[in-house]
Amino acid sequence: MSAITRDEVAHLARLSRLALSDDELDHYATQLDVIIGSVARVAEIAAEDVPPSSHALPLTNVFRPDQVRPGLTPQQALSGAPAVEDERFRVPRILGEEA
Amino acid sequence: MSTETLMPYDEALERFEPVLGLETHVELGTASKMFCGCPTGFGAAANTQVCPVCLALPGSLPVANEMAIESTIRIGLALNCSIASWCRFARKNYFYPDMPKNYQISQYDEPLCVDGYLDIEIEGKTVRIGIERVHLEEDTGKSTHVGGATGRIQGADYSIVDYNRAGIPLVEIVTRPVEGTDRLAPEIAKAYATELREVMRSLGVSDVRMEEGSMRCDVNVSLMPRGTTEWGTRTETKNVNSLRSIERSVRHEIERQAAILADGGRIIQETRHFHEDTGTTTAGRSKEEAQDYRYFPEPDLVPIAPDPAWVAKLKAELPELPGARRSRLQREWGVSDLDMAAMHNADAVDLVEATVAAGAPPADARKWWMGELARRANESGTALAALPITPDQIARVCAMVAGGALNDKLARQVLEGVLEGEGSPDEVVSARGLQIVNDQGELSAIIEQVLADNSDAADKVRGGKIAAVGALVGGVMKASRGKADAGRARELILQKLGVSE
Repeated sequence: MSAITRDEVAHLARLSRLALSDDELDHYATQLDVIIGSVARVAEIAAEDVPPSSHALPLTNVFRPDQVRPGLTPQQALSGAPAVEDERFRVPRILGEEA
Repeated sequence: MSTETLMPYDEALERFEPVLGLETHVELGTASKMFCGCPTGFGAAANTQVCPVCLALPGSLPVANEMAIESTIRIGLALNCSIASWCRFARKNYFYPDMPKNYQISQYDEPLCVDGYLDIEIEGKTVRIGIERVHLEEDTGKSTHVGGATGRIQGADYSIVDYNRAGIPLVEIVTRPVEGTDRLAPEIAKAYATELREVMRSLGVSDVRMEEGSMRCDVNVSLMPRGTTEWGTRTETKNVNSLRSIERSVRHEIERQAAILADGGRIIQETRHFHEDTGTTTAGRSKEEAQDYRYFPEPDLVPIAPDPAWVAKLKAELPELPGARRSRLQREWGVSDLDMAAMHNADAVDLVEATVAAGAPPADARKWWMGELARRANESGTALAALPITPDQIARVCAMVAGGALNDKLARQVLEGVLEGEGSPDEVVSARGLQIVNDQGELSAIIEQVLADNSDAADKVRGGKIAAVGALVGGVMKASRGKADAGRARELILQKLGVSE
């Protein structure tokens, strides 16, 4: 049984702002199905005594003191920007007129 | 934007009951950002407070600012919340370029603080506002929208972004739905924000300047017809940037929604924008199609598990909070609920407290700040605290009145002189020659003259009509240009006329 449908892949693609063709949707649906199947196998071995985990390291409370450290100059910061205006990152229109 | 139909507020409240909710963002006043060491000062030149972490350059990793965690826990404790024993940051994925990462590090279903409350006072009564959660996230960059008709994001040709603000620690405080406010909904919303701001100030965690955006309120309002219990659809008015605007925006939303509902229409769940100039809101982003932010635990940051001993220490070290402080001062000063509320509303509590600390009796300190000085502040449209006079100076004037060197009328003139920049109270007294005339010889001379000029009145008093002495005392006050001690003058006049009371 397929764990992920083509429609779900289309939905995820839309959320991720990815324009996928019909062929690609089929292709990724198959691939994602394999990934989900593999992850499901992990769930099979998770027993009562194994708590769910989001991090591989058994660490908590990794903090830094509230101290200012030198960063980048505006020139360095903007050096990789595709477009710059007024010392700011220039980006294409965010919303259309109707939004 | 078409003009909307509004229902007059009173009518709207007769037909509908409002339910409120407030989400407040507070920028913490840490020296460095939430996940990197960039400075956080307001007003720096664009993109001068950025680094690979807050610009999301490849290979950079966030590390949480301990002071920000501590401040958030202190806020939670001050708001009577439970502090999570274990929680995580989460990624909120979205596609505005105000965050260079394409996500904001926030907290989702595991906030640091939950389930608290804040008591506010309104019209002499205490209203308890439930706090659902307090969580920690990072602020976004500042976008400027270029082109288009309105300077807003809609219809702009393009946008330019400054990431100085991106990554500044931001605390979000969310209330539970506030029911039963009835017609006080606008005032309660404002009082809540005011009290919250004072709590933040007393904790010293943020400068909470609404005009600079370090405290921002989103106001949710819905209406339900009287006699029903099912909440209506709510709107969320964004970034209302002054306390007064919070009150106005709630009032406006009630009037707007009531008109739509009464006309058989339905409220659309949407974000609305408040306009300072007109006091109205206009539609922004519709939330009909729920945003899917695909939250997931932030893999680059390990969980937070505050040590209970640390939390207990922070709780023990909390300063006296504004509500408790006002109760204490009210007891110490022996004033009524209404007088205390009036001082609070006039932002006079700190000033009165400082004046009392400088030695003035509470009643006198309150009398001057809430009377003469409040009137002058009101006339000149300035805040009480911005008047060019200090609590120490008021205390000095009070001492001079108590010592008999000034009467109230002269004291007012001294205050006037200080406000006009003529120097300290003592300097104004000597420059304007405002010492009370108490000197026996000087006062006697004035009285002799007044008795001579008003022989009719003097005769009446001699004849036993003691009430007529008022005119003579008035004459002495006039002749001394208000500087005579009226009580002493009366005594001397009666003595000279050979009459006793």
